Amino acid sequence: MGKPVKLLSALAALGLLSTAASADVIKVGVIGTMSGPYALFGKNFKMGIDAWVAENGAKVGEHQVEFIYRDEESPNPAKSKALAQELLVKDKVQYLAGLYFTPDAMAVAPLLEEAKTPLVVMNAATSAIVEKSPYIVRTSFTMWQNTVPAAKVAKANGSKKVAIAVSDYGPGIDAETAFRKTFEAEGGSVAEAIRMPLNTTDFSPIMQRIKDSGADTIFTFLPAGPPTLGFVKAYIDNGLKAAGVKLMSTGDVVTEPDLPNIGDSGIGILSTYHYAVSHASPENKAFLDQLVKGGGKLDEVTMTSVAAYDGARLIYKMIEATNGQRDPEKALAAVKGLKWVSPRGPVSIDPATRHIRQNVYLREVAKQDGKLINKEIQTFDAQPDWAMSAN
Amino acid sequence: MRTILSIGVDAVSYGMVLFMISIGLSIMMGLMRVVNLAHGAFAMIGGYLASYALRAMGLPYAVAILIAVVGTIAISIPFEVLLYRRIYRKSDALTQLLLTIGITFFVIGIVNFVFGPTLKSIPLPPALSGPLDIGFRMVPTHRMFVIACGAVTALALWFLLDKTEFGVRLRAAVDNGDMAEALGIRTEMLYSATFALAVGLAAFGGVVGAELLPIEPFYALRYMVTFLVVVSVGGAGSIAGALSASLLLGLADTTGKYLAPEFGEFFFYLAVIVIVFLFPHGLLGRAH
Repeated sequence: MGKPVKLLSALAALGLLSTAASADVIKVGVIGTMSGPYALFGKNFKMGIDAWVAENGAKVGEHQVEFIYRDEESPNPAKSKALAQELLVKDKVQYLAGLYFTPDAMAVAPLLEEAKTPLVVMNAATSAIVEKSPYIVRTSFTMWQNTVPAAKVAKANGSKKVAIAVSDYGPGIDAETAFRKTFEAEGGSVAEAIRMPLNTTDFSPIMQRIKDSGADTIFTFLPAGPPTLGFVKAYIDNGLKAAGVKLMSTGDVVTEPDLPNIGDSGIGILSTYHYAVSHASPENKAFLDQLVKGGGKLDEVTMTSVAAYDGARLIYKMIEATNGQRDPEKALAAVKGLKWVSPRGPVSIDPATRHIRQNVYLREVAKQDGKLINKEIQTFDAQPDWAMSAN
Repeated sequence: MRTILSIGVDAVSYGMVLFMISIGLSIMMGLMRVVNLAHGAFAMIGGYLASYALRAMGLPYAVAILIAVVGTIAISIPFEVLLYRRIYRKSDALTQLLLTIGITFFVIGIVNFVFGPTLKSIPLPPALSGPLDIGFRMVPTHRMFVIACGAVTALALWFLLDKTEFGVRLRAAVDNGDMAEALGIRTEMLYSATFALAVGLAAFGGVVGAELLPIEPFYALRYMVTFLVVVSVGGAGSIAGALSASLLLGLADTTGKYLAPEFGEFFFYLAVIVIVFLFPHGLLGRAH
């Protein structure tokens, strides 16, 4: 950023130029896991946003857009709130975005209305987040959205008795509730429901307990990151896979960067998710090409990059609709009902809930050209957030 | 009964991992009176070296373990010469804590920069991966290997400290350093050798235990409290103490996870409180 731009933005911050619509800088604060064990996903936020900016330029009309990144390495609501406050007060951001963990997103929500700032959630997946403020819109997914198809698939594949094992926090409890409700409605039964603390690393006792419960299928959700690998390995190494106990999960448990570590013994694991890096469409190909061109590695791409890419699209749309003014109602109105084709497939923003509506795919871990991928084998069209919409 | 046996196997393997990593710390705290908060960092370095040797260089598992142990000791030498040597026995606790926690952050930063923030796996050879049928249940083969490694480590250490000349000298230096020195024992050499031993054990435990305590840049901080707890529960400097503390805590943690996973580490810390209440100097520790 050059000196004149800095000066102008400083003046704008003082309100002297607040009515002028030209040559200003609109700042977007992105809070993401840029360091720590979940850093890969923060990196993907940046990769996705960079891809969008590379394709569409750093300007919307006359307005320069600038993304400011802040690091939140763990689920830490107090720190997230402080970061958001700093971005709002000191940096005068007009939009907030990012947020990997639900508790962090929840902590930021109360600030939005006061600061008249829309928030684009790019990962955190508990349904209730959007209820915390009318200024929240989400481009990632919700646990209900991905879990309801998982329960249907499990039933269709002949599972009768299931053991549910989820991480003990917001999205985990959403996943448990969603699976239980759907699976029982379809006539199945739940033998065991285990809530695992977020910092669990030894899953062997949990596997043994599941085995003792006599369940024929495990449904699991853990946030994508270090623990998921341990869970899948424990499932294989404790002999549950060999004994024919099926594993059904949301895609968080088999994100692409983890597949090489799981190895060939992971082939055949089923999951339901809104995005697979292997998704076959021209949009996805262009998106991935752009990521690679921007310096990203294909082996490191996760779902948060596509959520960030689509999130940047919404932010550009909101800036365009308000002509750079701070008008959150108008901004939100501009994206409600918006439809487009994302790298993950056709999507739209549900005007009632501000959740993204999207296809959810059933995927199977498979080997293609010597590389493990999530191969999409079935599509559930235009899934809403099942917690809030009836259809 | 099957449940109890099941819990037993998991508890012993988890306990052995704790033992292998913590024993080095216990020796350092007992013999050199250094509260080495960077101990986990050395275990982590071992894990990273093994992971690199296996994944990037394609070396066999046994060679990777050797590289991890020798490499970590090599890396620790400058730390020992420049920093640790100043704080053996005489320095106050605050200096030790600040110095060693500083080293921990330093290592975390370097590792994060060089190897990246993601989890690093340590691929197992086919002989050690997959399930193993032990009659009443299937266990990961690797866990049996971990148990064996733990038992061998305990025996070897006991032999080294109780039956060899090195052990005799070391214990003499610990009990009365000045007198030992007057009798011609070169305490500085002994301490350096013990430091290398402790670091090597940490690296070995880090590699072998990586399935249970995965290798990532914050490993050094994440498990530090656990290792310290094992030492304080067992009594610093006691092999049998560290072994029994590791097994007891492994049992408390595993039983808790098995019967009431939603309580998290509650049972682990409950066990710690009870044991420390009953044995203020640790299970087999001595009052200093």
